[in-house]
Amino acid sequence: MAVMNMIQALNDAHKVAMRADEDIVVFGEDAGYFGGVFRVTEGLQKEFGKERAFDTPISENGIVATAVGMAAYGLKPVIEIQFADYIYPGYDQIVSEVAKMRYRTAGEWTMPMVIRSPYGGGIYGGQTHSQSPESLFTHIAGLKTVIPSTPYDAKGLLLAAIEDPDPVLFFEPKRIYNGPFSGHHDQPVVPWSKRAEAEVPEGHYTVPIGKANVVREGEALTVLAYGTMVHVARAAMEEADVDAEIIDLRTLVPLDIETIEKSVRKTGRCLIVHEAPRTSGFGAELSALVTERCFYHLEAPVERVTGWDTPYPHSYEWTYFPGPARIKTALKKVMAD
Amino acid sequence: MARSERRPNRPALALHVPEPPYRPGDTPDYSNLEIPEAGSAPRPDVACDDSETHPLVNHLVRVLDDDHKAVGPWDPKLDPEVLRKIYRDMVTVRIFDDRMYRAQRQGKTSFYMKCTGEEAIATAAAAAMDAEDIHFPTYRQQGLLVARGYPLVKMMCQIYSNSGDHMKGRQLPIMYSDKEKGFFSISGNLGTQFPQAVGWAMASAIKGDSRIAMGWIGDGATAEGDFHAAMTFASVYQAPVILATVNNQWAISSFSGIAGAEQATFASRAIGYGMAGLRVDGNDALAVYAAVRWASERARSNNGPTMIEFFTYRAEGHSTSDDPTGYRPKEESEAWPLGDPIERLKAHMIGLGEWDEERDSALHEELSAEVRKSQKEAEKLGVLSDQGDENKESMFEDVYAEMPWHIAEQRDAALKEGE
Repeated sequence: MAVMNMIQALNDAHKVAMRADEDIVVFGEDAGYFGGVFRVTEGLQKEFGKERAFDTPISENGIVATAVGMAAYGLKPVIEIQFADYIYPGYDQIVSEVAKMRYRTAGEWTMPMVIRSPYGGGIYGGQTHSQSPESLFTHIAGLKTVIPSTPYDAKGLLLAAIEDPDPVLFFEPKRIYNGPFSGHHDQPVVPWSKRAEAEVPEGHYTVPIGKANVVREGEALTVLAYGTMVHVARAAMEEADVDAEIIDLRTLVPLDIETIEKSVRKTGRCLIVHEAPRTSGFGAELSALVTERCFYHLEAPVERVTGWDTPYPHSYEWTYFPGPARIKTALKKVMAD
Repeated sequence: MARSERRPNRPALALHVPEPPYRPGDTPDYSNLEIPEAGSAPRPDVACDDSETHPLVNHLVRVLDDDHKAVGPWDPKLDPEVLRKIYRDMVTVRIFDDRMYRAQRQGKTSFYMKCTGEEAIATAAAAAMDAEDIHFPTYRQQGLLVARGYPLVKMMCQIYSNSGDHMKGRQLPIMYSDKEKGFFSISGNLGTQFPQAVGWAMASAIKGDSRIAMGWIGDGATAEGDFHAAMTFASVYQAPVILATVNNQWAISSFSGIAGAEQATFASRAIGYGMAGLRVDGNDALAVYAAVRWASERARSNNGPTMIEFFTYRAEGHSTSDDPTGYRPKEESEAWPLGDPIERLKAHMIGLGEWDEERDSALHEELSAEVRKSQKEAEKLGVLSDQGDENKESMFEDVYAEMPWHIAEQRDAALKEGE
């Protein structure tokens, strides 16, 4: 066991995977020599050489497209999109090519690859460094979408994603790279080293894709969250002193519907928390699924806590961010008799 | 804003919207088209600096002259057997196209695309590459599959989306794919395959392999960002790839000027990327062969990528869904001065004493019979219009390696529909 923050855990996952499989190549903007702007790929070029870890031109389109060609050749690309907000030039390649290749060729060509990207706000990044575009990918058949919330999960999920036969969008909540976040931006960050989830096994292990994690068992209500919001929601529940069952989804597609259903049937109440905008956000899908499948167990309408349907602002970041106050308001509604 | 409200002391700006020289009702006249003489283009060494090729981007590599003789430094001096093979492939493609076009008109499938007038490009390129090299084609390179000996029956089964289609009818007709033949899955999103070819070539280089890739794109789709990504990555990493633009001058109803051809040749784009560039008569099978051979030797010897523009003319409509008389003169394809690639190679072979009319009719008969026989065989497995739904659950397969619960639920719901 070693104590790692999320960046170190992700970096370690790369090294473990690349040592075991010579077909893994890592590339992206600043991802080579420098090791990425968040340092997730630090040291890879030094250890594995320039042909397996390299810098690319500023072209997300080109990064994804060349990864398609490499996957067609038989390599396993693990590519970095520097910020999720930059992924859109690569969107056509992801949606029309990566996602559909297995289907359109009935398995003749497949696209095993991982597209990693830091996402989410709370870092004063403004509208081009704060977005949460996960629902643009969960809507696309053929893609898996994974979002870790701890160093332990980050390493285990990334290794699982690399070993997965299908393409995985791997969104990293950059607000909690260095430590979990309570949602109180005026309080100092508690580093991961103070938390049990920072205990990361050395070497190889995986956290299965498609399995949610019950972070805290409880009876009063079910809270569904992922990424940064797992920690924000947890802090809010503790502050409100509610016996919440908190589920970290970890994978959005394929979703662990069993764990969700079991929990909601038990608690009868469901609160969904995500940072992405509300309209057509992944919470809409979760709300619909819970309502369709657990309607007769529900004691109150499902509530969603989300970012607003505006672009992510720079100056009113904490008005945008779905923090403790918004969660507590929704909590009151979902707990009403 | 009214004109008077603008700044009256400055000239009014005007937008240039390119317009093709001829529209329906006009008489096309290409006598002013500048066509360099066959044999006049110099042939630099395959290891030359890219700049040495740059005069060629505004030239035209042509081997067959007006008397159908092979002339100049680009003459690949092919063995007559190779000439006959390319010729046979071209004729096969044309007969196949006619047959499948008719099958679509008979309602046996939804869609078809011919490559009439462009047959030399894919077939001669295939002949110039190694069998292990890979192609990332567009929808008008059926000649690659034919040249690589892919069974016509399999192509037809794909067109009919019947049980003989190994892609389970998932793709629009003619969006072939065959891994074994080094033919990457065709996409309907134009341009995407161009940078993918570069990625494959980069992988080959990363692994110290000796195989190279060839990416294909049409003149219209060069306007996509994918074109720029492909050129940039190919240049930056000196990828062992050939990037080919087939300039058939028409993107559905938009002439090549809408893609920028009024201002510069497509080959000339190589200059800005520091890449070798060649502009080639696409209706001259020998020129196509020679250029692809040159570029493949260059790529294979780690001397970098090449952009080749094949200058040709789309003699028929874009697809079965298109009627070109709505936007260009009917007589335009007849007037196109670079001729028919099949007729040109035939005349060349006859001139060499390697071919004659008798053998030609025999070949046409043989190939027509082969295509008809293949069609019968393919139709035994059904055509699109008489497709049943006994295997409809297969449409839920292959979205992922393992079917997730939500797709399984939807499959079950689909199977219960109408019960």
